[in-house]
Amino acid sequence: MAAMSPTPDAVVPETEEEPKGRDLRSWLPTVRDTALAIVLALLVGAFLIAISDDDVIEALDGLFSNPGSFFVYAGDVIRHSFGAVWDAYTALVRGAVGSGSALERTLERSAPLICAGLGVALAFRAGLFNIGATGQMLVGALACGYVGFTYDLPPGIHLVVAVAAGMAAAAIWGGIVGVLKAQTGAHEVITTIMLNQIGRFTVLYFLAKESFQRPGSDNLLSPPPAENATYPTIAGLHLGIPLALLAALGVWWLLERSRLGFEMRAVGANPEASRTAGMSVAKVYIATMAIAGLLSGLAITMTLLGLQQSVTDQVVGSVGFDAITVALLGRATPLGTVLAGLLFGALSAGGLGMQTSAGVPPELIQVVQALIVLFVAAPALVRGLARVRRRRNGDKPERAEQAAAEAKGATA
Amino acid sequence: MKRTARIAAVGIIATLALTACGDREDDGDDNEGGTASDSPSVTEESSPTEAAEQYPDFKACMVSDSGGFDDKSFNQTSHDGLESAAETYGVQTAEAESTDPSQFEDNIQSLVDEGCNQITTVGFLLGDATLAAAKKSKNVDFAIVDFAYEKAPANLKGLTFNTAEPSFLAGYLAAAKSESGVVGTFGGLNIPTVTIFMTGFLQGVEHYNEENGADVQVLGWDGTDGSFTESFEDKTVGQSLAEEFINQGADVIFPVAGPAGLGGLQAAQDAGVWGIWVDTDGCVSAAEYCDSLLTSVVKGMDVAVDQAILDSASGGFSNELYSGTLENGGVSLAPYGPQADIDEELSAKIEELKAAIISGEISVG
Repeated sequence: MAAMSPTPDAVVPETEEEPKGRDLRSWLPTVRDTALAIVLALLVGAFLIAISDDDVIEALDGLFSNPGSFFVYAGDVIRHSFGAVWDAYTALVRGAVGSGSALERTLERSAPLICAGLGVALAFRAGLFNIGATGQMLVGALACGYVGFTYDLPPGIHLVVAVAAGMAAAAIWGGIVGVLKAQTGAHEVITTIMLNQIGRFTVLYFLAKESFQRPGSDNLLSPPPAENATYPTIAGLHLGIPLALLAALGVWWLLERSRLGFEMRAVGANPEASRTAGMSVAKVYIATMAIAGLLSGLAITMTLLGLQQSVTDQVVGSVGFDAITVALLGRATPLGTVLAGLLFGALSAGGLGMQTSAGVPPELIQVVQALIVLFVAAPALVRGLARVRRRRNGDKPERAEQAAAEAKGATA
Repeated sequence: MKRTARIAAVGIIATLALTACGDREDDGDDNEGGTASDSPSVTEESSPTEAAEQYPDFKACMVSDSGGFDDKSFNQTSHDGLESAAETYGVQTAEAESTDPSQFEDNIQSLVDEGCNQITTVGFLLGDATLAAAKKSKNVDFAIVDFAYEKAPANLKGLTFNTAEPSFLAGYLAAAKSESGVVGTFGGLNIPTVTIFMTGFLQGVEHYNEENGADVQVLGWDGTDGSFTESFEDKTVGQSLAEEFINQGADVIFPVAGPAGLGGLQAAQDAGVWGIWVDTDGCVSAAEYCDSLLTSVVKGMDVAVDQAILDSASGGFSNELYSGTLENGGVSLAPYGPQADIDEELSAKIEELKAAIISGEISVG
């Protein structure tokens, strides 16, 4: 059960080997465990698809009521099960990557997940569990949306101002958490969750104001962003998507090449030691959470200015929480987060295909996503289930290597 | 350990191989037929005479808002309309649930790609996406629940409900049944589709006061502002609001907050006061509270959706705004609760008011 709520401590240690990126072998266990987790999750998903299929249920019914013709019905059960699973998973693949518009959809859904996931991942590395992406995105949406639909600025400038407003508001919202943590020691899990609620009510409060509503309407729905404020589109894809990849590159640079990033990782590893070494832990907390907010703010601009959505209290949807899963799956590294974001975007787009053409409820995709993370968070379980654990003597050198890498990382 | 793994692997491969064979044999009648076209033919055979005309080649589809089709509220009721249409007219169906607003456009488009002839979208949040889709896919009929356009394209119909009318009746009924002279109502959010109920309720109470020289008070709504749970999910907030009203003497509670309103009924049941349910007949959808219910204000989204699908299938579609009223049965008052004990005089009075609203003698809203 403990595996169901993975804490940063449970995940971050796995990334210790990450600085040795050039050494491909050190990545292999991570990649293998992740792939296994995905396969296992899809297998459990297949089982769920099978047992919720009408034909399978009917066949099972026959099986139990006519034990005499066991083999006939057992055959039916298996045949229908595989039929249902085949239909569902081919629809999943088609919906995710099967056509130009499917790919477009996958990328569009990945972009906010990647940005918000980066925010969560960055906080993980500094030892902070940032559950506040939702709140940061909501407040960002308010600011970004307001600039987007209220002002009338020239093309380009309007976009930049709207993005900046959204990112700034979200950064402040995230920064509050850092300040609270640094000044009072308030735990960031508590404060981020509370700020999510406060963010939602803030949005509701403003949406009830006339200046945030469409003219002549009382619905809690803002006007859409002005044309000049939206991301330009190239070949069907809006510019926010490459921006998300740039953000990942930026986070990588920050973490691996900058002084602040080094401090973040040091504080994440041991705040006490970092303080003793003369770092300002308070500064690191505040900067980390503000940058995490900045990334969440960028995420919501993907939705508002990329997909041209209006501001509502539901505009964030499940992205804020999926971002946590994405960051966990990505092992809190920029590259991992990008890949995990793409996977979740593909699952989300494919889930739509599964639902519309195979009639599989969308909850199934959420179950599969949750299972992937569950299996990732419990690598021992996965290895045990899949029986890929190497023989003892084969295992030892790897561990020694890891220890050596860790020792190196510590002295560097 | 290794051996078990190997056995398992062989087993899986064997099953795969066997079922692959099985599948191929049946390809002819199974894969092609599919489930969608199976069911209509069955209904056609079983009820050839009495049943409504069948449209097995017509595909009716639906997109939910972020509440999902199992929200025990307007998404679910609208979905009931889709299901009843499938049953009655033998149409094929497909559906897409949304988890956040950025998916609306995709969801509608993917249903268009699935070959849907008619698509119903549920809720005002889908207003933009539906309008855009209707302009893009002119050969598909669209209907949207709870939304009206100033100028709808030829293939888009708004389905709205004047729930103020039955709420007026409910307000009158509540005032007449109240012994303490205090009744209470609360909403989910301060949005028009919610407050229209509360306004009707308030007017019904005021009408009672005028007619009988009484002074029944309404807690929770004054015509512009009032008490809201700010969420359609959180029952505990609904319960504590209702408890507050009951502490202030209210003996009829009218919660307009979807599932969160169930908390209001719980509070009413606990305190032994009356509740009035909304959207669906509470004695069916929330049967555990049936004994505490006076009645329910029914918003017939299922009826409207069913009708919109039939209109499209039979070629009678128009983009004219549908407005459910007491007159056309799109909104109504559910049968009185089993314990409500409404005397004949009062029930005759309610019928009289209903007739007056239909004739326009009383204007509500």
